[in-house]
Amino acid sequence: MKATDTSTNTSDALVSVRDLRIKFRLDKTQSFEAVKGISFDVPRNSTVALVGESGSGKSVTSLAILGLLPPENSVVDRKSQILYGGRNLVGMSMRKLQKLRGADISMIFQEPMTSLNPVFTCGYQLEEVLKLHIGLSGAKARKRALELMDEVGIPDALHKINAYPSQMSGGQQQRVMIAMAIACEPKLLIADEPTTALDVTIQKQILDLISELQRRHQMSVLFITHDLAVVGEIADRVVVMRHGEIREQGTAKEVFENPQDAYTRALLQCRPHLENRPLRLPVIDDFISGRGPQHLQERPRGVVPGDSTILEVKNLGKSFYSREGLFGTREFKAVQNVSFKLPRGKTLGLVGESGSGKTTVGLTLMRLHEATTGQALFDGKDILAMSPREFAPYKRRIQIIFQNPYASLNPRFTVGQILTEPLTIHKIGASAQARADQVFELLDRVGLPEVSFYKYPHEFSGGQRQRIAIARCLTLKPDILICDESVSALDVSVQAQVLNLLQDLQDEFGLSYIFISHDLAVVKYISDQVMVMSEGEVVEVQNSDDLYRNPREAYTQRLLAAIPKGWHGAAAPA
Amino acid sequence: MATDMATLATGAQSPREIPHTVSPSLWTLAWRRLKQDRVAMVSMAIVGAFLLLILLSATGLIASDWSREVGVNYAPPTFMGPDAASEAPAAQSAVAQGETLASTYHSAIVDPLADVLAQIRGEAKPATPPGKGAEATPDASVDPLADVMADIRAGKGVTAEVTEARATTLPFGGDKWGRDVLKKVIKGSETSIFVGIASAILATFLGTLFGALAGYYGKWVDDFFNWFYSVFSSIPYLLLILAVAAVLKQKGMITIVLILGLTGWSGVFRLIRGEYLKHKAREYVQAADAIGASNLRRMFVHIFPNVSHVVLVQLSILAVAFIKSEVILSFLGFGVPVDVVSWGSMLNEAQNELILGKWWQLVAATVAMATLVTAFSLFTDALRDALDPKLKGQAGH
Repeated sequence: MKATDTSTNTSDALVSVRDLRIKFRLDKTQSFEAVKGISFDVPRNSTVALVGESGSGKSVTSLAILGLLPPENSVVDRKSQILYGGRNLVGMSMRKLQKLRGADISMIFQEPMTSLNPVFTCGYQLEEVLKLHIGLSGAKARKRALELMDEVGIPDALHKINAYPSQMSGGQQQRVMIAMAIACEPKLLIADEPTTALDVTIQKQILDLISELQRRHQMSVLFITHDLAVVGEIADRVVVMRHGEIREQGTAKEVFENPQDAYTRALLQCRPHLENRPLRLPVIDDFISGRGPQHLQERPRGVVPGDSTILEVKNLGKSFYSREGLFGTREFKAVQNVSFKLPRGKTLGLVGESGSGKTTVGLTLMRLHEATTGQALFDGKDILAMSPREFAPYKRRIQIIFQNPYASLNPRFTVGQILTEPLTIHKIGASAQARADQVFELLDRVGLPEVSFYKYPHEFSGGQRQRIAIARCLTLKPDILICDESVSALDVSVQAQVLNLLQDLQDEFGLSYIFISHDLAVVKYISDQVMVMSEGEVVEVQNSDDLYRNPREAYTQRLLAAIPKGWHGAAAPA
Repeated sequence: MATDMATLATGAQSPREIPHTVSPSLWTLAWRRLKQDRVAMVSMAIVGAFLLLILLSATGLIASDWSREVGVNYAPPTFMGPDAASEAPAAQSAVAQGETLASTYHSAIVDPLADVLAQIRGEAKPATPPGKGAEATPDASVDPLADVMADIRAGKGVTAEVTEARATTLPFGGDKWGRDVLKKVIKGSETSIFVGIASAILATFLGTLFGALAGYYGKWVDDFFNWFYSVFSSIPYLLLILAVAAVLKQKGMITIVLILGLTGWSGVFRLIRGEYLKHKAREYVQAADAIGASNLRRMFVHIFPNVSHVVLVQLSILAVAFIKSEVILSFLGFGVPVDVVSWGSMLNEAQNELILGKWWQLVAATVAMATLVTAFSLFTDALRDALDPKLKGQAGH
């Protein structure tokens, strides 16, 4: 709370935000205060990280600096000040703001795929920026565009300048976005979660690129992220926000090494670390209540030879076919030759970058995709070869929790209906009353109040929805639970709670997990054994401690090296 | 299947006594948004008024006597006053006709071509009295509609007292036979709106069913329906209507409903197929698969409620379109039978009347139709906004 005003003097700040208050009108009578009077500075030639979870007001703040808030329903308080070069951006005319945008202040967005116009070539879009803001034309604009593409590290720029966005990878698209943002030599670059949608190796490259450009062009960067670990390596100053307020701000060293605020400490420790594995992850409440983290003793992990196997997968393969020409088809092997054993009551982590086929493995085992080749022996019987009728009793024993808790619950059903449905379908429970009782028990087990039974999914937060999804799987008392990026869409603090819940359930019911994630730290925390996948094939399978300590394959080594290390001091075991 | 749905629906019947406020469902939230939209509420009131009107007319509480000839021919609207120039001859001819009809047909139905015939006869043989002409054998061959008229009269039964005094003006004028245009419009609304809504329901039902099957199952089912759709949409629309009309052969409201319903499903099909393609890959449907829900259950219990707003909007768009189509059909002569009135048949009559300067029937039908169609369209727009708030581009964080 005590946002100690560390702004030494305004002259060396590029942007000073003073007492910024932003409200959103919800309807005629209600409004919601998204930002509650925050003040911070962005000094010249430095990187400031604005860190917070969803709903903290960090993105709203950045949009306010650019004057991009939707005018219909947002109100910036009149007394608020956003000073840039001595001028107040609040209340500045649209015209002047527009001039400032692009030329002095520019922005990179989270989703490169939707920020670029798919019907124009990247080169064209880059040249357009140069034409509009600098007045370069024709050959000059082209030359400059090539230089820019070179600068942001797009290989073979001469060729790629004529490529459409869809012909480039996500990382390359983000590079084009960055090239557009720095085209006019801005003094301030606002990067709103620029790496969240990218794979961990690409994330590292983009982070390196941004910090290099910052140094070379002597500009300031306002880096917005939900993940403290990401900014540890590149930020000079860190501002931590929560619920529209600044909880703490200071130099990166201060914030990471000696966090004053309980919330900052919580953010730093809720995330699983590669170095240690406590019995339970600390959650925000532990810190806010001043109790401090509990159950920090190390949890032993790993598969021992005596473990019995519940699921054995042999040579699993899945191909997708696309039509080519009149009669031809082209085969795309999403997954090939995947074999592993899942020990009873243990967790197998499945890591890989996007397109590695890890999700396909999960869906194929659920028979949500038809497998092309291979066997999956569940208690010795091949569930992939069964007819749908034979498979039905096995179906309830394998369940899946999806990535997006906003999409995996039917918005038209109440939670009660969602949770009762599987029981009804499989005719579990003697009467409607018995089923309802069972549902109430489960709600209690996953930590939701009984009233939830009557509510609709849209009334819950992301973490709560994921609990509902977990409860739905548990109604069928499965043996195997496939978690497909189940915590990736959640905030750091909520992630810890859900991981703890999954761990408790495994301890209690002896569930076996297949835990699919791109987040190596999370996989390390929850898994006994880790399987690394790349381009549809298994790279290596090892006990998780062994894998992280000494990875055998070059690909695994690269993957591990790309994990954001955070601040070195903070990463040490607590 | 059915029992599953039933238990699901009743699942919310407080299985445990917990004090809880009733949570707003997505429908409730949409209704709340709709209530804040003033245009929507006004247009909904107008549509509601129309529906009430046709309900009253369908139950026979109002406008059941629309076919009675209560006024003189082309009686002008009251606010214009009686038509001074034609008042005397009109009254005379009414009396004359009344006598003739009373003596010959005992019917309230007048030969619609009588005037024309009289005129023709007048030119040819000025001495012939009109009553004799209608009754006498030599002229029967001249009247091409005599048989039909006889049929109609027989079918109608002989009822009306004929010697009733005819008003010189009517609230909103009278038509050629002196029938009250206001009542005619009300009765016409009943037909037009019924046809519009019934055929919209039929078309939406077909489109939704086909779209759901094609989108959900994909593969050859999808191919089949797509071929069907392509064939359907490759035939010019009017030709298709004429073809269906020719196959069905008989005239009547049900026929029109079938014609419009059987030809109008393709738009809904395309949309719903797209929605199902999108939704079947959604995680909540995969989750339903994972817990063992059957195909039908996934299609109609899980996905359908989530696309039902699209269906609803399509239904109201089609209702508007079909109300207009009915007019075109009636205009082309495939519309309602002669003993039924609709806006289309009124407009059809109006084209001849307009030459004589009798504009009120045209105006009455047009105003009624324009009001309803505009209100309905505005309501549909508002409905779409309320059901899909993302469309309005409200950015909220």
